[in-house]
Amino acid sequence: MSERTRRERMKLDPVEMPERSADSRRTDFGEVNEGYTAELAMAEAERCLFCARPTCVEGCPVGVDIVNFVHRVEAGEFEEAAAVISADNSLPAVCGRVCPQETQCEGACGLAKKGKAIHIGHLERFVADYARDHDHAPAPVPSPTGKRVAIVGSGPSGIACASDLVGLGHEVTVFEALHEVGGVLAYGIPEFRLPKSIVAAEMDQLRARGVRFETNAVIGMVDTVDDLLSVEGYDAVFIGVGAGLPRFLNVPGENLIGVFSASEFLTRVNLMRAYVEDSDTALIEVEGKAVVVFGAGNTAMDAARTAVRLDAASVTIAYRRSREEMPARTEELDHAEAEGVRFETLVGPVELHGDDDGRLTGVMLQKMILGEPDADGRRSPVPVPEQIREIPVDVAIVAIGNTPNPLLLRATPDLEQSKWGTVVVDHDTGQTSKPGVFAGGDIVTGGATVILAMGAGRRAAAAIGEFLGSSAELEEELL
Amino acid sequence: MNTIVESRPVASEITLLRIAAPKIARKHRAGQFVMVRVAEVGERIPLTIADSDPEAGTITIVVQAVGKTTEMLTSLGVGDEILDLAGPLGTPSEVEDFGTVIVVGGGVGTAVSYPTAVALSKAGNSVISIIGGRSQENLFFEDELAAVSTELHVCTDDGSAGRRGLVTDALADVLAATTVDRVLCAGPVVMMEAVAEVTRPYDVPTVASLNPIMVDGTGMCGGCRVSVDGTNYFACLDGPDFDAHLVDFPLLAQRNRAYVDFEAKRREAMQPCAAVSVDVEAAT
Ligand SMILES: Cc1cc2nc3c(=O)[nH]c(=O)nc-3n(C[C@H](O)[C@H](O)[C@H](O)COP(=O)(O)OP(=O)(O)OC[C@H]3O[C@@H](n4cnc5c(N)ncnc54)[C@H](O)[C@@H]3O)c2cc1C
Ligand SMILES: Cc1cc2nc3c(=O)[nH]c(=O)nc-3n(C[C@H](O)[C@H](O)[C@H](O)COP(=O)(O)OP(=O)(O)OC[C@H]3O[C@@H](n4cnc5c(N)ncnc54)[C@H](O)[C@@H]3O)c2cc1C
Ligand code: FES
Repeated sequence: MSERTRRERMKLDPVEMPERSADSRRTDFGEVNEGYTAELAMAEAERCLFCARPTCVEGCPVGVDIVNFVHRVEAGEFEEAAAVISADNSLPAVCGRVCPQETQCEGACGLAKKGKAIHIGHLERFVADYARDHDHAPAPVPSPTGKRVAIVGSGPSGIACASDLVGLGHEVTVFEALHEVGGVLAYGIPEFRLPKSIVAAEMDQLRARGVRFETNAVIGMVDTVDDLLSVEGYDAVFIGVGAGLPRFLNVPGENLIGVFSASEFLTRVNLMRAYVEDSDTALIEVEGKAVVVFGAGNTAMDAARTAVRLDAASVTIAYRRSREEMPARTEELDHAEAEGVRFETLVGPVELHGDDDGRLTGVMLQKMILGEPDADGRRSPVPVPEQIREIPVDVAIVAIGNTPNPLLLRATPDLEQSKWGTVVVDHDTGQTSKPGVFAGGDIVTGGATVILAMGAGRRAAAAIGEFLGSSAELEEELL
Repeated sequence: MNTIVESRPVASEITLLRIAAPKIARKHRAGQFVMVRVAEVGERIPLTIADSDPEAGTITIVVQAVGKTTEMLTSLGVGDEILDLAGPLGTPSEVEDFGTVIVVGGGVGTAVSYPTAVALSKAGNSVISIIGGRSQENLFFEDELAAVSTELHVCTDDGSAGRRGLVTDALADVLAATTVDRVLCAGPVVMMEAVAEVTRPYDVPTVASLNPIMVDGTGMCGGCRVSVDGTNYFACLDGPDFDAHLVDFPLLAQRNRAYVDFEAKRREAMQPCAAVSVDVEAAT
C-alpha cells in the first residue's frame, strides 16, 4: 500500500470508467462501461481517505464495509475485497453496475462536495467481476437441515433470500412465473447496462449450491401460497414478486398502436430478444421513427437508449418536471444524452393522436411549471393554461412506474395489504400477517432499487432461518 | 415436462393436443388459458385450456394454425415436449345456475367456449350451443357439445353442414323463440361484436372471451389491454371474459392488426415443418 498522505491523496484525480464511444455503442447492445483494469482500480482506491467516520458506509443501504474493501483494493488484495463486500451484498456485480451510488455511498463520501467522490460503484464492479473470473468454487453449504423453503419470484430479493437460506442448509426452490429467471434483471434492465451473462453466472452459482429453479410457475394460479405450505410441504414461503403492473397515463389515445408500457417494450426486446434477427416476437418498427418516452427514471432511460440502438430517427424524453428532479441514476442520464437522446422537460402528454388504422402519429404536450414541493419534497408540476402543442411521434413509451401485481395477492386473501396493494411486513424480518410467510423487495416497498430488494431478501432469510430453527427445536421438544 | 400424449386433427388446420401437465390440470377452471412457447427465441402465445383431466394429469388445447407459432405447435407429435407452458392464467368464467344459457363458438372459438359450456351444464343450466364455420371441414366438437347441450345449432357459410348462414342468424332465432338468461361467445372479433348487437335489444347479459395480443400473460406488460365501458383492463388478469355490451370491439380488432406485416413476413420465411420440429427438439 502506498504511503501517500491524506493531502497527497486529495490531490489525485478521479479515475474515470473506461467506456465505449457513444458512436460505437449506439449501434449494438454490448455493454457500455468497459470496467476498470486492476491498475485503474488500485489507482482509484488510492484516493480513499479512510475517514475515521466512514459516511460512505452509512450511505449504503446494506452497510457494506466500504472502507475495508477499498483498502484491500488499494493493496491489490482483490479476492479479500470481494469477501468483504459479499458479507453484506450478495449481488455485487449487479449492484456495482446499477445502484444509484450518487445518492448512496458516493453521495455520502467526504469528497462528494468537491465533486470527487470515490467511484465506489466502479470499484465494487471491478472486485465482483474479478472474483467471478478467478474464483469458480461456489460457497460451501452446510449439511441439510431437512427444512424446505419456497421462494416466489426470482428477482434480486428472491435470489438474495435463496442464497442465504441455502447457506443455512435449507432446501430452497425458487418459483418464477416467466420462462427465464432474474426478475427485472432479466426482463427489464437491458444488456448494454447489465449483461445477461452476469445474471446467469449468479444463477449458476445458486444452482451449484443446490437451489432449484422452477420456471413457468405462476404462484397463485397454479400452486397457491397455501398449497406450497400445506400440500407441497414447504416449511416457509418468501414472496418477492416485484411491482410488475405497469401504470399508464390515462389520457385519450393511449390504446393506439405504437403506444407501449416500458415493461412491454423492454420485455419484447430483452426477454423475448425481439432485436435478434430470427426472434419470433414482433416489435413495432422503430428504425427511422420518432420515439418519445414519458418519464425520467431508470426505466425511461433504458427504454430510450434501447430505442436509440434500434435505430430510431429521434428519441425524446418528455418529463413533467425539470432535469434536477429526474429520478434516474446520473450515469444513465449522461449516457442517454451522449447517445443522442433529447430531453424535453416541463411537459406532460395530454392526448395522443393516430391515423385511420389506429396507429400513433402525434402527441399533444402540455407546458408545465414547477409549483410547491409535494409530500416527498419534490416540486410538483402545474399546467400552464393554453400552452399545448403537438409533436409528431410514431412510437410512445410510457415509463411512469409500476404498481404491485395483484395476481398472487388475490389468491392469498389473508395476506395483509396496504391501500397501495403492497404487502405489509415487519421491516426487520419481512414477516407478513400470515404465519410462515415472509415478503420483501418491490412487492413491499413499491418500485425501488436492486440493493433494497436484495437487503430485504437477506433480512427475511435471517428471519426465516430463525423461524425454522425454532420450529425444529419445537419439534424436538415435542418428541 | 409438458409431453404431448395425444395429437390429432379435429378440423381443417385445427389440431387437438393433449399434454401432460398435472398441476395445471388440477387447477384449471373453465375460461382459463395457458401461455406457450415452443422454441428458443420463440414467442409466447395464449391458448385456451379446452379440457382438463386431473386424474390423468393432462390438459387439452385446440390450436388453429394461423401463423408461425401455431404452425410449429401443430406440427409437434406424441412424445414431443412443449418448451414452456405456464398456467392456468386468467380469471375463470363465471359459472353458476343462470337458467338457460346460449354458448356461441365461431371457428376455433368453439374450443374456447366448449369448457365453459361443460361447466355451465354441470352447474345445472340448460345449455343451447351454437357453432359456426366456413364449411363442414372447419367444424369440430359437435358430438362433445351435443353431449352437454339441450340444443345444438350448426351453421356454415356454404351450407355444407347445418344451416347456411352465420351464428348470429341462429342466435337471433333462438332468442326470438326462447327466454334466455345469459349468452357467452368466443370467436373472431367481428363475430363477437355481432353477437353483442343481436343480444343487446333483449337485454340479456352477454359475455365475450376476448383474444387480444399477449406477451407475458401475467399482467406485467399491459399489451393485452382492452377497453370496456371506457376503462382499460388487462385481459390476461381481469379477463379474458368481459361484458360484451361494453367492450370496444373496433379497438380490439385494430390492435390485433398491430403486427400484420411482421407476421406475414415471418410466415413467408418459415422453414419446412420437419426442420422446425427438429429445432424444437434440440431446444428442449
Ligand atoms: C427497466 C428497469 C430499470 C431499472 N433500473 C434500476 C437501476 O438501475 N438500479 C436499481 O437499483 N434499480 C433499478 N430498477 C428497479 C429494480 O430492478 C427493482 O427494484 C428490483 O428488481 C426489485 O426486485 P424484486 O426482487 O422485488 O422483484 P423483481 O425484480 O420485479 O422480480 C420479481 C419476479 O417475480 C416474478 N413473479 C411475479 N409474480 C409471480 C408469481 N405469482 N409467481 C411466480 N413468480 C412471480 C416476476 O416474473 C419477476 O421475475 C429498474 C427497474 C426497471 C423495471
Ligand atoms: C385468451 C386467448 C385465448 C386463445 N385461445 C386460443 C385457442 O384455444 N386456440 C387457438 O387456436 N387460438 C387461440 N388464441 C389465439 C392465438 O393466441 C393466436 O392465434 C396465436 O397467438 C397466433 O400466433 P402465430 O404465431 O401462430 O400467428 P401470427 O402470425 O403471429 O398471428 C396471427 C394472428 O394471431 C393474433 N396473435 C398474434 N400473436 C399473438 C399473441 N402473442 N397473443 C394473442 N394473439 C396473437 C393476431 O391477431 C395475429 O394477427 C387465443 C388468444 C387469446 C388472447
Ligand atoms: S399479456 Fe402482458 S399484461 Fe397481459
